[in-house]
Amino acid sequence: MTTLQIDHTSRWFGNVVAVNDVTMDITPGITGLLGPNGAGKSTLIHMMAGFLAPSTGSVTLNGETIWRNEASYRHIGLVPEREGMYDYLSGGDFVLANAELHELPDPRAAAARALATVEMEHAADRRISTYSKGMRQRVKMASALVHDPSVLLLDEPFNGMDPRQRMHLMELLRRMGDEGRTVLFSSHILEEVEQLASHIEVIVAGRHAASGNFRKIRRLMTDRPHRYVVRSSDDRRLAAALIGDPSTAGIQVNQDDRELHIQAVDFPRFTELLPRVARDQGIRLHSVSPSDESLESVFSYLVAA
Amino acid sequence: MSVYHPTVARLTYRALLGRRRALMLCALPALLLLVALAVRVLVGADDAVTAELLGGFALATMVPLIGVIAGTGAIGPEIDDGSVVYLLAKPLKRPTIILTKLVVAIGVTVTFSAVPTLVAGYLLNGNSQQLAVAYAVGAAVASVAYSALFLLLGTISRHAVVIGLVYALIWETLFGSVMPGARALSVQQWALSVAERIGPESLISSEVSLPVGLLLLVAVTAAGTGWAGRKLRTLTLAGED
Repeated sequence: MTTLQIDHTSRWFGNVVAVNDVTMDITPGITGLLGPNGAGKSTLIHMMAGFLAPSTGSVTLNGETIWRNEASYRHIGLVPEREGMYDYLSGGDFVLANAELHELPDPRAAAARALATVEMEHAADRRISTYSKGMRQRVKMASALVHDPSVLLLDEPFNGMDPRQRMHLMELLRRMGDEGRTVLFSSHILEEVEQLASHIEVIVAGRHAASGNFRKIRRLMTDRPHRYVVRSSDDRRLAAALIGDPSTAGIQVNQDDRELHIQAVDFPRFTELLPRVARDQGIRLHSVSPSDESLESVFSYLVAA
Repeated sequence: MSVYHPTVARLTYRALLGRRRALMLCALPALLLLVALAVRVLVGADDAVTAELLGGFALATMVPLIGVIAGTGAIGPEIDDGSVVYLLAKPLKRPTIILTKLVVAIGVTVTFSAVPTLVAGYLLNGNSQQLAVAYAVGAAVASVAYSALFLLLGTISRHAVVIGLVYALIWETLFGSVMPGARALSVQQWALSVAERIGPESLISSEVSLPVGLLLLVAVTAAGTGWAGRKLRTLTLAGED
C-alpha cells in the first residue's frame, strides 16, 4: 500500500505563495485534485514528482522524502502536462527508452506490455511527431506505466482531449485504481473529477479548501448562498414579496442600474419561488442571471466554508 | 554510480545528429576541407599557410562553434521543451546523465572538428612538421573543454546558443587574438600549449605554458561538469499553473 504524504507543505516563488500550508494524504484509488487554473495544482504535483522542493513542510512517499531522491522514481509514474517528448522517436522506441532508463530486466517485454495496456501497438512504429493529441497522451501513459509503478501522477491529463479519448483514458485510469495503485490527477473541471475520482481534494489559491467524495464536494458547492441579478417591471414590489420567504437572505434594490441583487440561501426553493411570486404579483421578469457562477467564485466560497 | 548510460547516449546522439543540426555540424568542416583543397591546388604545400589555416580558422573558429552546437544541443532543447523530465523521472543519478551527455558532446565535437582538422592538415601539407597532428590534438583537447563549458551553459541558461556564440566568436576569436590578457584566458590558447609541444615552435605558439594550459583545461572541464550535474539535481520544472 502506497501513500503520498503532504505535510504542512508550502511553496513560494519570490513573493508569490503558490501552495499554502497544505496537508493531505493520497492513498490507493483515484484521487482528483480539483481547482481553478492558477490554484497551485501543478506546483503541488511537481513537488509530489520530485521536481520542486517544498519551501517548508515535507512531501514523502511511504515515509521517504521525494525531493532529490532518485530512488523514489521506481514507484512513481509521471504523466507531465507539457508536450515535449522526443518527437523524433517512434512511440515504440520512446517507451522502450523509458523502460531502459528504469533499468528493467527485460525492457522490451515491459515496453510491449505498456503499449498493449494503452492500446497503441498499432502505431508503435510511427514517429511521435505524427501522432494526434490523444495518441501522444496514450504513449505518455505507456511511458509512465512501463515500470509498473504503484503511484501514478497526471497533470491535467484531459486537457485538449476529445470525448472519445477522454472516455478511453478514464477507463484506463479506473483500471489502474482498481488494481490498487495510487492514482492522482489534476483538473479544473468538476464534472471530469466527479466522473472518475473516488476522492476529491480541492485546492483554491494555494490553499487546501475541501476534501471528500464527490457527493460531499457537490453538496458544498450547491449549498452555498447563490447570488442573482434580476431585472423586472417593478423591482421594489418584487423585492418586498421575495424577502418574506425564508429562502432569501438579503435583497438590494439598485435604482441606478434598475436591478435587484438577491442572495438566496435555499437554492431549490428560491428557483421555484421567484417565477411564482412574479406571476402572482403580475410582475414581468426581464432577466434573471446568477452573478457568481464562475468556477473561481464557487471555489472561493469553499475556501471560506 | 556509472558514468555512462547507453540509453541517455542514444537519445542524445539522435537529438544531435537529427537533420538540421547534422547539416550545421557538417557545414564548417566541409568549408575547411574545401579551402584546404583549394589552397593545396592553388598555392601548393606550404607550412606557414597550413599553420595559418589550421590555427586561424580550424582551432580558433570552427572548434568553438562546433562545440557550441554539440554542447548546448546535448541538453538545451530537452530542457526547453520539457522532455528532459523523462530522463529525470528515473532512478538514475543525475551526474550520470550529465557525464553521458558530456561524453556524447565530446565525441560529436571531436568527430566534426578534430578529425576534419587532421584531414585538412594532410590535404594542405601532408602533415609536414607534424602540423596536422599538432592542430588535430589541440582541437581534440579543446573539444573536451568546450563540450563541458557549453553543456553547462545549456543546462543553466535558455539562451545558451546565443551566449555560446558570443563567447566563441567575440571572446575566443576577437579578444583572444587581440588582447594579451584575454588571450591567456581562452580555451584556444590552452589547447595551443598542447599543440605547441607536438608541432614546430616557429609556427605554433601559446600564451601559456603546457602545465598551466593542461591544468586550466582539466579545471574548466571538471568544474563545468560538476556544476552542470549539481544544477540538474535541483532542476525545477517551473509550474506553468
